[in-house]
Amino acid sequence: MAGAGGGNDVQWCFSQVKGAIDDDVAEADIISTVEFNHSGELLATGDKGGRVVIFQQEPESKNQPQCRGEYNVYSTFQSHEPEFDYLKSLEIEEKINKIRWLPQKNAAQFLLSTNDKTIKLWKISERDKRPEGYNLKEEDGRYRDPNTVTTLRVPVFRPMDLMVEASPRRVFANAHTYHINSISVNSDCETYLSADDLRINLWHLEITDRSFNIVDIKPANMEELTEVITAAEFHPNQCNTFVYSSSKGTIRLCDMRASALCDQHSKMFEEPEDPNNRSFFSEIISSISDVKFSHSGRYMMTRDYLSVKIWDLNMETRPVETYQVHEYLRSKLCSLYENDCIFDKFECCWNGNDSVVMTGSYNNFFRMFDRGYRQDVTLEASRENSKPRSVLKPRKVCTGGKRKKDEISVDSLDFNKKILHTAWHPLDNIIAVATTNNLYIFQDKLN
Amino acid sequence: MMSATSAMEVNAEARRILAVSISKLYASRTQRGGLRLHRSLLLSLVMRSARDIYHSSSRESEGQSGAQPAAEEPMDTSSSPGNHAGVSQAEPQPELISPEPAAEEPRSPEEPCESETIEDKENLSPARQSRKRRGKASVAPDFLPSKRARLEPGEERHAAPLGSCRVRAGESLAVLSLNRVIPAF
Repeated sequence: MAGAGGGNDVQWCFSQVKGAIDDDVAEADIISTVEFNHSGELLATGDKGGRVVIFQQEPESKNQPQCRGEYNVYSTFQSHEPEFDYLKSLEIEEKINKIRWLPQKNAAQFLLSTNDKTIKLWKISERDKRPEGYNLKEEDGRYRDPNTVTTLRVPVFRPMDLMVEASPRRVFANAHTYHINSISVNSDCETYLSADDLRINLWHLEITDRSFNIVDIKPANMEELTEVITAAEFHPNQCNTFVYSSSKGTIRLCDMRASALCDQHSKMFEEPEDPNNRSFFSEIISSISDVKFSHSGRYMMTRDYLSVKIWDLNMETRPVETYQVHEYLRSKLCSLYENDCIFDKFECCWNGNDSVVMTGSYNNFFRMFDRGYRQDVTLEASRENSKPRSVLKPRKVCTGGKRKKDEISVDSLDFNKKILHTAWHPLDNIIAVATTNNLYIFQDKLN
Repeated sequence: MMSATSAMEVNAEARRILAVSISKLYASRTQRGGLRLHRSLLLSLVMRSARDIYHSSSRESEGQSGAQPAAEEPMDTSSSPGNHAGVSQAEPQPELISPEPAAEEPRSPEEPCESETIEDKENLSPARQSRKRRGKASVAPDFLPSKRARLEPGEERHAAPLGSCRVRAGESLAVLSLNRVIPAF
């Protein structure tokens, strides 16, 4: 069966895998976010240890025109450190929750990275020249005895080995009482939002000591709390519009022109619950774990525990498309509650032209849904399929009855191997899929 | 109307989910990074559903067996102080598939209460009531881990007489954490 992904003849091939081969995963190495930059040339990952690793795509070589460039490590830095909140006696985890790239304006690259409480703006710049020929210093930095200086010269820049430096340019702290789950850069490239469980703040990239609260759903009496904010994103084109999703399965679209505090939504997207599917866990599985606008800005996609839904911004009453990611888990919700898997927060992403969407599942499976061709495919990220350019074989989960050859039964799925984070190159058919501690890069087969 | 069998199954299932939820709530307090509001909210929603279903299925099976109306709490099969009488009432009834849990339950709220009364004679305190976990700390339902909850500074264990202890047992599970978890933030 041909793979979905931009046409029904797309086949996905293994390209690279990053990270340790070891089965014994160090907690700090667990990947917690993956993001391509706007050109797709850079791929950033964040991990539980607070580190950011950026990969850069090599330019296509003339020797091998059939292959796209590989991604190699470009820069690694420690973005966040563990901190301690003395007032609450709580440790603040250094885990990177989200990374968002800023559109490139000059030679340097900028990204925002956030942990539970603090957002940082990082500048990543290249240095490939250095000044040589100082009058008062030797080349190694030692000062010369002024008496030995007999002539004067002008220092010149000479080439040096490329050095990539990451430096924190801004630190946006102390604005969130609850845990930050999202950041989103506005299309105006000047502001961005950060969202925690109950509040959304608007920042200016240049100003760190102040932010504006634009959404506050904290009830006067916390005992009346019924829902929390789970994700938020700015519209890709309209700088006044953003959406936020809730644990109740609703999405609210807000217009910042309407008022300073956007507690009143402009639109609310909600699908009535199917009464046949009611269970103890209905509320948990309807909680939205991710929301993403399409590149066009016409649609948005939401991910809840079992499905992916595509919404037309012009229709609030129900999604225009619904894709079941792993419906066979619906009868296993109790076990998934006991082993905590039901709380897993899966992300989702669009391909560059909004024709295909992708999301992760268990057993290192990930799913792609082709909206146009109405096809879906399940693929696996594993070391067994990691021969260079080997084509990924579609996988199938057997949901009952006789298990066919090559199918895997639901009970054999490994729920410790989960793919929560995936990213799609903005312009090309290259995808980055994060397993627990490895990053897989796949691309479509070029003929 | 649910048959007694399925009512019992649902009842057991609800109780099990309650137990799992409570232990998750306890465990999340020691999590790195502090309590997660979203997770705690979801846990409390599940607990609320489980509690409601537990009560409604308890009433179902009580109603069918024709026993005395069940108290509002899950552990007792009768509201009379003669607890053992309640137990012996439950056992002969053929519809109850698993008399053992029913027999065990009513006893357990007793013991902590009694030892409470003995222990806390020295710590009898005035009417001041802590908002957090009132009553919960004084009763350990049988399906909980055996370790007793640590009190926050300023809280006290209430020395409760037998009768009200049982009521409180029910109340504790009914109100357990559902309204109290969130304000803990």
